[in-house]
Amino acid sequence: MSQQVKTEKVRYNRMGQKIVSPDYLLFEAPRTKHFITGSEAVKEAAKRASVDASISYPITPQSEAAHMLGELWREGYIGVYFRGESEFGVMSEIAGCAMAGARTITTTSGPGTLRAMELFPMWAGSRLPIQLVLMARGINSPLSIQPDNLEMYFLLDTGCMVWHAETAQELFDMIIAGFVVAEQPDVHVPVITAIDGFFISHTREAVYLPPDDIALPPYDPYKAPMPPIDMEMPPGRFMRDPFVMKSNYISYATHASWQFEVRAAIERAKPYAKHYLRGLVEHFGDPEGEVLFIASGTAAAQAKEATQILIHEEGVKARVLRIKTIRPFPTEEVREAVKGAKYVFVPEFNVIGWLEREVKRALYGHTDIPIFGTPRVGGGMTMPPEYIVQEVLKIIGKEVKHVG
Amino acid sequence: MTRRRINVRMPAIGGQGAVSAAHIMATAADHAGYYAVSNPFYGAEKRMAPSESYVRIGIEPIYDRGEVVYPDVIMVFHAQVITMGKSYTMPFYSGIKKNGLIIINAEEDLLTEEDKAYLEERNVKIFNFSATKFAKEYAGTELATNMAMLGAFFGITQIVGMDSIEEGIKARFLKKFVASGGTASLDSAIERKFKKKLELIEKNIATARAAYEFANQWAKEQGIEPWLPKPETALQQA
Repeated sequence: MSQQVKTEKVRYNRMGQKIVSPDYLLFEAPRTKHFITGSEAVKEAAKRASVDASISYPITPQSEAAHMLGELWREGYIGVYFRGESEFGVMSEIAGCAMAGARTITTTSGPGTLRAMELFPMWAGSRLPIQLVLMARGINSPLSIQPDNLEMYFLLDTGCMVWHAETAQELFDMIIAGFVVAEQPDVHVPVITAIDGFFISHTREAVYLPPDDIALPPYDPYKAPMPPIDMEMPPGRFMRDPFVMKSNYISYATHASWQFEVRAAIERAKPYAKHYLRGLVEHFGDPEGEVLFIASGTAAAQAKEATQILIHEEGVKARVLRIKTIRPFPTEEVREAVKGAKYVFVPEFNVIGWLEREVKRALYGHTDIPIFGTPRVGGGMTMPPEYIVQEVLKIIGKEVKHVG
Repeated sequence: MTRRRINVRMPAIGGQGAVSAAHIMATAADHAGYYAVSNPFYGAEKRMAPSESYVRIGIEPIYDRGEVVYPDVIMVFHAQVITMGKSYTMPFYSGIKKNGLIIINAEEDLLTEEDKAYLEERNVKIFNFSATKFAKEYAGTELATNMAMLGAFFGITQIVGMDSIEEGIKARFLKKFVASGGTASLDSAIERKFKKKLELIEKNIATARAAYEFANQWAKEQGIEPWLPKPETALQQA
């Protein structure tokens, strides 16, 4: 007579951390407070993410995060780690790791991003769910190391998801969620988790962390639209039979359809991102606010401070729609949010106003209210909330009572 | 007047430890249950060149980032900030809020009549004292100047007591801490000088305490009330 015995199967990763579900790690595990920098938050996230490989190249302000990923390798939490010969080398080599089926993470900033630019669309086209933690810094020239986020604009249409964290806490959570969403078989594109350089990387604040003896389930590279490279089982995730060699209409169609497919994959990430990020947007302030800021990253943080001054000291109803994911772009949420608003302001830490363009594209034909791409701070200087308040009051024709 | 937030700007000279002071200040405030954020200005900072750090402390969540353009408190770590203009803002008190506070590490009065008139008009209090002297006396090295500045800040503003300051100092020097290669080598230099880490912590605490008491005495004479309400127990998350 056989008797059925129920046993709970407990799994561990190579470091001996207990494997838990993404939901448990992100939402249910008890958390304790740590007073750490954004760079340290990157380390803490990677530590709990069963990462197979990381490659680094130093550039301010991401050097510290890259350095700490190296420490994780030494401690045994990351399988492979080395320093590449340049950012182009790093982004190529990390692609190799991902093609072979590894969960990968790397970091870069500003000029490093631009140097590696050719590789990002290649990652996307090869359907590699690589995670790039981008610590935005100014683009040359003139040389700057400060947190101007113009470089994010260049990444928006590479076929990678682009997310924008506001705090060290959110960066921690986004990195973990990033792996989970990027590796969904019906998504399976790279994810760029961006922050505004020093504002997050070198700022120390309270971050709540789950225990470090639990971690994400390891990446299963066979649950993917393209299998990993395996010499005994072609084809793999590499460029094969290049269409450019064939001068026929099939090559056009193949290239175009795959480009559309990569972008459709980003759109398919929406339900997953909504779940693991607790929404693609965050609402802040007076729900009936007639002044509406639409912003992401640190610009959203500054807009929140300005909103509080407007509400409590200037008697102006204001609110913030903070966008967490630039790709996929929360078009529906933006259209919904402008209802009831009289003015939209899009504050940004770059001179061209890439978020303003995104917002205007989403709202074209959907609203008659004015959209102001201001204030805009270039060069990575801070954006004082007092200055935002002055700008807003000037534009909506109210007297400045408080600031000074 | 009731404040809900204090924004602090620390113009200093590279090597004086303004980054560490900001870190400890924020850690101490966090320990006492306040919301706190610290960050340095990063650029081509180097020894004897201008260097600046910032701390924000409040009873509500803090979103504000980057340089403090409109500070409530300015802590001048070195006389050259004023005498040689080694400051990212000119004059060094640019943006100071009404009813603010300036702490200056100097033996002499470095302000001009014009400076004084402006600050008086804005009702800004000025605490002029030699933090370096306290460092030499209690730690035996001027490298502890930042501890004296830290003590003076809390002695006047009365936001946290010495217990939280001690926690902040211990958290900074006992735990493995990475700020940058430069800070790491500076730390090892300080460690060699003091031989033992615990001795270093003790001397840092003694310096901070002496300055805390001295500045607290002055604040009482001036009739200065605590600058922030106590954080609600609801905010004291474990």
